[in-house]
Amino acid sequence: MANKPKLATVSLAGCFGCHMSVLDIDDRILELIELVEFDRSPINDIKEIKGRCAVGIVEGGCCNEENVHVLKHFREHCDVLISTGDCATMGGIPALRNTIPLQECLEEAYLKGPTVYNPRGKLPNDPEIPLLLDKVYPCHEVVKMDYHLPGCPPSADTLWQALVALLTGKPIALPYELIKYD
Amino acid sequence: MSVAKRIVIEPVTRVEGHGKVVILLDENKKVISARLHIVEFRGFERFIQGRPFWEVPVLVQRLCGICPVSHHLAAAKAMDRIVGGENLTPTAEKIRRLMHYGQMYQSHALHFFHLASPDLLFGFDADVAIRNVIGVAGKYPALAVQAVLMRKYGQEIIKATAGKKIHGTGAIPGGVNKNLSIAERDVFLRDADQQMTWAQSAVKIAKDYTVANLAKLAPFGSFDSNHLSLVRADGAMDLYHGNLRAIDAEGKVIFDQVDYQSYVDFIAEEVRDWSYMKFPFIRSIGPEKGWYRVGPLARLNTAKFIDTPLAEAARKEFIAVTSGKPNNLTMAYHWARMIELVHAMEKIHALLNDKDLQGTDLVVKGERREVGIGLLEAPRGTLFHHYKVDKNDQVVSANLIVSTTNNNEPMNRAVAKVAQDHLQGVEITEGLLNHVEVAIRAYDPCLSCATHALGQMPMELTLVDYQGQILDRKSRG
Ligand code: SF4
Repeated sequence: MANKPKLATVSLAGCFGCHMSVLDIDDRILELIELVEFDRSPINDIKEIKGRCAVGIVEGGCCNEENVHVLKHFREHCDVLISTGDCATMGGIPALRNTIPLQECLEEAYLKGPTVYNPRGKLPNDPEIPLLLDKVYPCHEVVKMDYHLPGCPPSADTLWQALVALLTGKPIALPYELIKYD
Repeated sequence: MSVAKRIVIEPVTRVEGHGKVVILLDENKKVISARLHIVEFRGFERFIQGRPFWEVPVLVQRLCGICPVSHHLAAAKAMDRIVGGENLTPTAEKIRRLMHYGQMYQSHALHFFHLASPDLLFGFDADVAIRNVIGVAGKYPALAVQAVLMRKYGQEIIKATAGKKIHGTGAIPGGVNKNLSIAERDVFLRDADQQMTWAQSAVKIAKDYTVANLAKLAPFGSFDSNHLSLVRADGAMDLYHGNLRAIDAEGKVIFDQVDYQSYVDFIAEEVRDWSYMKFPFIRSIGPEKGWYRVGPLARLNTAKFIDTPLAEAARKEFIAVTSGKPNNLTMAYHWARMIELVHAMEKIHALLNDKDLQGTDLVVKGERREVGIGLLEAPRGTLFHHYKVDKNDQVVSANLIVSTTNNNEPMNRAVAKVAQDHLQGVEITEGLLNHVEVAIRAYDPCLSCATHALGQMPMELTLVDYQGQILDRKSRG
């Protein structure tokens, strides 16, 4: 069917749990396919957004330069951008590292661990792996986000109701039980 | 040798997490190098320090939303030892096992149907527009519905045992916080036969596909390797608990029945500067040749038998293909994974009929310890959690070897093999590049939890918000 609105989804510094929660809408996924056409998403092989998207779902905050590039690209190409889950909304568990200097985390992982074998004492450092930000940033500190869906992850019902409302041009009215931080 | 062409596949899709493949070719279109770079970072080992130990099973699963139960339970097993409660009550152990088999069931169904099946059903170089689960739903609607309902069944079991489908709270140090009511049980029992039929049809799809295409699949991304997993004391496959067993490509035993509390003496991880993911190996063999595979293929190779009849019959068919020798074919992972799917469903069915699930004795505690190590077989392979906890109940150190990390070297070998066999001296198309990802997908990698570390590069970076304000400026090197 032509002219279906497009939906793009991405995981930045997230755990994929929010994407899994989208799949937890179960058989409603077949209804979703009727409503939208998928653009870039980890479930297909479109590596970069191809067309104008009505809705962009962003899981995870920004922990490296690559996350920032991708988030900005999503902002440019999506009419509505949703911070999905606690990581996108406020950094989430990955942001627990925000109080610790980077160097300490590096040394812990690559020099100190009981199973580490690193005779030359080298840390990962290669042009092919992205530069880290000193902190994990929630998405709205990097670009404007239109909606925030809390939860870790937001429940499938929360995601379903929000998506259907947005895609059919209705206001999002989520009952209290569907708004949950954990 | 000078680099004439740099091909980048980024992001690797239809896998969980973030990875990137870089292939370098010289002017004669010969492959100079082909690598899977892991580009993600968490810093878990450091930021967990100072947190109360009882929080860890709930916190650590946020590394991975596809198999949160694996982290939840591995951490809980480690914390069982901290509270001296590793001899769980029958109810606690069986509730955890049910949760784990539910997880195995949903994760394997998800991987096979939602992520990998488009390559198998449409071909490695099919049109990008249909080479995904939505394409599968269009062409094979009955299969798609079955896939959705299989995953749902596993997820509902997780919800009933852990409280939530994703990031539940059911396992606590020394036990669990709820049992399974008769009413909850009966819902699952009602659908069990249907699920069993579907699981068996899935193993048939994987087997028929593998056998019919064996000539093409046998060399695809394949190589000889060692194999590692936990096995039960009698050598049976056991996904929740056991001792470590490693064999070589020929099936010769490297070590067997090793108590995993001493895993540090057997396993080490090499740091390489081009990936945030470390490269594990067996200490006695060394980093060169000591690397190994984990996951469904490795488990089918290390286990002497499977203790459920349908999966055991499927295993016999599987090992017949290699005349009883270890199977070293990368693409055989899918078939092995579906055999485990059947095994998980058989275990679920048996557990549902076990009265212990309605028991009320949920938690045990004993003598307090300072070190807790918990291992289990996650959907993607052996998962290691290792913590030290001080007298104030705070975590002082953590070491994790995540399932996919164990497969780091094998995945890189698979990428290099496919690049050499399929990308040299030819016009490179999107479909050919997908061949590389097909090989990676066989391992069902979970790249987001594989990398809980942080990196650093000598360059400068400025983070500007949407109003142009500078939030952060970093310069390193
Ligand atoms: S909000 Fe929770 S489920 Fe979503 S990406 Fe973050 S940790 Fe995962």
